[in-house]
Amino acid sequence: MIKATGIHKHFNGLHAVKGVDITVQDGEVLCIIGPSGSGKSTLLRCLNMLETPDEGIVEVDGVQVTQENLREMRTKMAMVFQNFNLFSHLSVLENITVAPVHVKGVSKEEAEEKALKLLKLVGLEEKAGVYPRNLSGGQKQRVAIARALAMEPEILLFDEPTSALDPEMVGEVLDVMKDLAEEGMTMVVVTHEMGFAREVADDVIFMADGCIVESGTAQQIFDHPQQERTQNFLKKVL
Amino acid sequence: MNPYLQGIIVALKGAPMTIGVSLFAVAVGALVGLCFALMKKSEKKIVQIIAKIYIEVVRGTPMIVQALIMAYGIPYLLQQSGIAFKWPHLIIPAMIVCGLNSAAYMAEVIRGGIQAVDPGQVEAAQSLGMSKRQINRLIVLPQAFKIVIPSFGNEFVTLIKETSVLSFVGVVEILRSAQLWNASSFETFPAYIGAAIVYLMLTYPLSKGVSALEKRMAKEAE
Repeated sequence: MIKATGIHKHFNGLHAVKGVDITVQDGEVLCIIGPSGSGKSTLLRCLNMLETPDEGIVEVDGVQVTQENLREMRTKMAMVFQNFNLFSHLSVLENITVAPVHVKGVSKEEAEEKALKLLKLVGLEEKAGVYPRNLSGGQKQRVAIARALAMEPEILLFDEPTSALDPEMVGEVLDVMKDLAEEGMTMVVVTHEMGFAREVADDVIFMADGCIVESGTAQQIFDHPQQERTQNFLKKVL
Repeated sequence: MNPYLQGIIVALKGAPMTIGVSLFAVAVGALVGLCFALMKKSEKKIVQIIAKIYIEVVRGTPMIVQALIMAYGIPYLLQQSGIAFKWPHLIIPAMIVCGLNSAAYMAEVIRGGIQAVDPGQVEAAQSLGMSKRQINRLIVLPQAFKIVIPSFGNEFVTLIKETSVLSFVGVVEILRSAQLWNASSFETFPAYIGAAIVYLMLTYPLSKGVSALEKRMAKEAE
């Protein structure tokens, strides 16, 4: 379970996140939607402290994330980035094994075996020895998901995972994410893919101007939005 | 023998010394330069300042002056304070000066290389729970190193030329070989032209090699 309470974040005078609370239960998928600049990515990045919140606390399984336990807590919530951020000097296999080996102390053999299984899961077992520059965007993102899963995290954080992809590659990444959701992975997904959110999310949060405007089940948000801002936003994107 | 040909042959005899000192200096420069580059990134202000002062002082003074201080000034100072000190061979202060001089330039190059690494790479490493040290060692430095390899090549080319100042502190490299021959043969023009040709024989192919490498890496990066 991941819980954030009273998260505030300022950037050079801009109040990007204004006191937001979220809770995601084990096995749940939370999708955060909203217009660009609404603070949804910043909120996500506050969860694993890539942005240090100015105020507020984040708890994973009831343990508060602090500077002291930050590294350990980060291994519990792996992140998938909009721009993939695969390590460009490492092969696909090394991308997946580097953190388990050096952070968790897993043996190289064990990590590689696991990595190959994960590559199979995302449909890329034949790409183990390839370097990221020789992969398509969709393949890169699937490798990035495998890299995140290799840490055996309790929660996966997705920061607009399909926004940098060519349209024809969005489906292959969403399919992998759907599979993970069905298997009971706890996920927090910042996304512009409304179809995915409607289909996969347990809960949906609509954010605007750094605040949660409306939250509820996917059905509530997409079929019966209460707030005018939510209605206007959905009218534009659906 | 044709004096021009002889000038080239004489200068060539100094080439191994020039190349040796330059190679040593590149290696020391890269290692020490890396230390200074990391020091400049340090969170401790005092560490940053030490690195900054070193880099400014070395870059702000001519290498010939540094070489004279190292080769003659320091032994003099030590002798004045009652320590019997003499360099066993002048090549030692020569190598130290070239290495430490190069380090100041390489520090800036390496710092640039580190800055050129995509911040997303660091974020990804952080998100996987890596420590600062692990991120540097496993992710940032290998990528920065690749970025700066051509600069190491360029620094080597520069050093081949710069080490000519060592002729003033008695190291018999290319220029000193030519000077000595000039002093005995009075073939002044062939002697110095010979030296120039030998320098060019070294620097031209190396520069070409570096640009070819840069082109190949640019292609790979696409």
